[in-house]
Amino acid sequence: MRRDGLFRRLVIAATVVWMAVFGVVPNLLVLGASVSHPSPTTFLSPGFTLGNYALLLDGIHAQILFSSLKLSAAVTAICFGLAYPFAALLARAGRRTRHVLLVLVVIPFWTNSLVRTYAMTVLLNTSGLVNRVLFALGLIDAPLTLLYTTGAVVAGLVYTLLPFMILPLYAALDRFDPRLEEAARDLGAGRFQVLWYIKLPLVLPGIITGCMLVFLPGLGMFYVADVLGGAKTMLVGNFIRDQFLVTRQWPLGAAASTLLTMIMIVLLLIYWWSQRRIHEGKLDV
Amino acid sequence: MKWLRRIYIAMVLGFLYIPLAVMVVYSFNASRFSMDWKGFSGEWYLQLWNNTGLLTAALNSLVVAVVSATLSTVLGTLIAFTLTRWRFPSRRVIGATLFVMMMSPDIVIAISLLVLFMLLGLPLGFGTLVLAHVTLCLPFVAIVVQGKLHGFDPVFIEAARDLGAGDFAVFRYIVVPLVTPAVLAGWLLSFTLSLDDVVISFFTTGPTFEVLPLRIYSMVRLGFKPEINALCTIMMAITSLAVIIAYRVFKEEK
Repeated sequence: MRRDGLFRRLVIAATVVWMAVFGVVPNLLVLGASVSHPSPTTFLSPGFTLGNYALLLDGIHAQILFSSLKLSAAVTAICFGLAYPFAALLARAGRRTRHVLLVLVVIPFWTNSLVRTYAMTVLLNTSGLVNRVLFALGLIDAPLTLLYTTGAVVAGLVYTLLPFMILPLYAALDRFDPRLEEAARDLGAGRFQVLWYIKLPLVLPGIITGCMLVFLPGLGMFYVADVLGGAKTMLVGNFIRDQFLVTRQWPLGAAASTLLTMIMIVLLLIYWWSQRRIHEGKLDV
Repeated sequence: MKWLRRIYIAMVLGFLYIPLAVMVVYSFNASRFSMDWKGFSGEWYLQLWNNTGLLTAALNSLVVAVVSATLSTVLGTLIAFTLTRWRFPSRRVIGATLFVMMMSPDIVIAISLLVLFMLLGLPLGFGTLVLAHVTLCLPFVAIVVQGKLHGFDPVFIEAARDLGAGDFAVFRYIVVPLVTPAVLAGWLLSFTLSLDDVVISFFTTGPTFEVLPLRIYSMVRLGFKPEINALCTIMMAITSLAVIIAYRVFKEEK
């Protein structure tokens, strides 16, 4: 029995230590850096200031932040609009079709996102396929500049992140029992009522997961903005990278990173709330 | 209505696959500078094979992916086991932390680990990169395995205990075989996550240790080159193969 307790204690200790060192401490360090005074020599200088957050929400920095938030919100909305009908059709398809379609969605999901971003540049190039098709159709006389625009960044982000929206939506819709819908209809509920009171609450955790998996990378994937937008479009990710590696304003970068974490925490709280609504029987299903 | 649905599905799949298909086609184009089709050629693949820097980076990536997938699978399985089997003070906090880590944007993980490594004075390179990738992958493994552990009947464990098995024996002879499919899934997940990662590698490796995605990143930023098409095609082929194999394995499992 003694060896027993040793194994258990060792494993628990390893778990706690690992999670503390790589999960909790790094985030606390960033939080600490975000409220420390800017210093050219160290990440963490003593003292406390909210100046970095003030700087982040001021002038040009606020503009970058705001436009990145807007862009990622647009990407999330487009992904949702494209993915929802697709996921719904997938959930209703027959077994065989469903398996094939799922594999077809999972392959791009796992393919290196840089590879996929690059594939987009091949398509959008001045002599790329899109321009060729438009030209052949007689819609344009001269090639359009599609690459290195904000539109290209939006297209690239939608392209890389779409599977991350489809899969959680599919999982949620697949779990949804269509008999609930029928039952509600039989009891006299209208189409809208069924959607609002029955389907939406049950599918909501999936919707939030999908939005989280699109919205957060949509703020952070700096290489998509670099490769497709030239240096013109800045995401929060580009901003953070530049603060850490170019201008060396670590506290400002740390503040931006903390802001992303806070956005994530808000989204997670909404997710937990939507889950709990289902499990605690506030929705009786 | 039925054909309308089919068209919609085809459009979404077309959106997902046309860019990749175009890239694959161009990787076999004989012309170096123009996007016109100048005949079939395998030249770019040959050039990749002769590019030693690139091959080193590819090998580095594979080594990092295998090492960090294996480490995160072992650690992640242990953590999942710890969290489901034993009660101890920080159990709930650890569960929540795992979930938060899984959802954290890559850039946040990258920055926080960079700060940690800087403060610890660790030189950026192979070691820090593996630590960073294990941090990235571990929550996924732990959560996948935990899902499986929640699903299985505690009767097996109780029976083993009655027959005199200790904690270690229970873990080794009951838990491990029962969760093997989930553990394998976790390993594959980690392997692909590690190979796919750009952001975390960007911050946590140094000039002494280059990995493939970063190499591709610097090539892509310099503009169009047919070798990149070939390289990206190979990477895509490997991923597709892995997905199909994984799918087959798990379908038979069911």
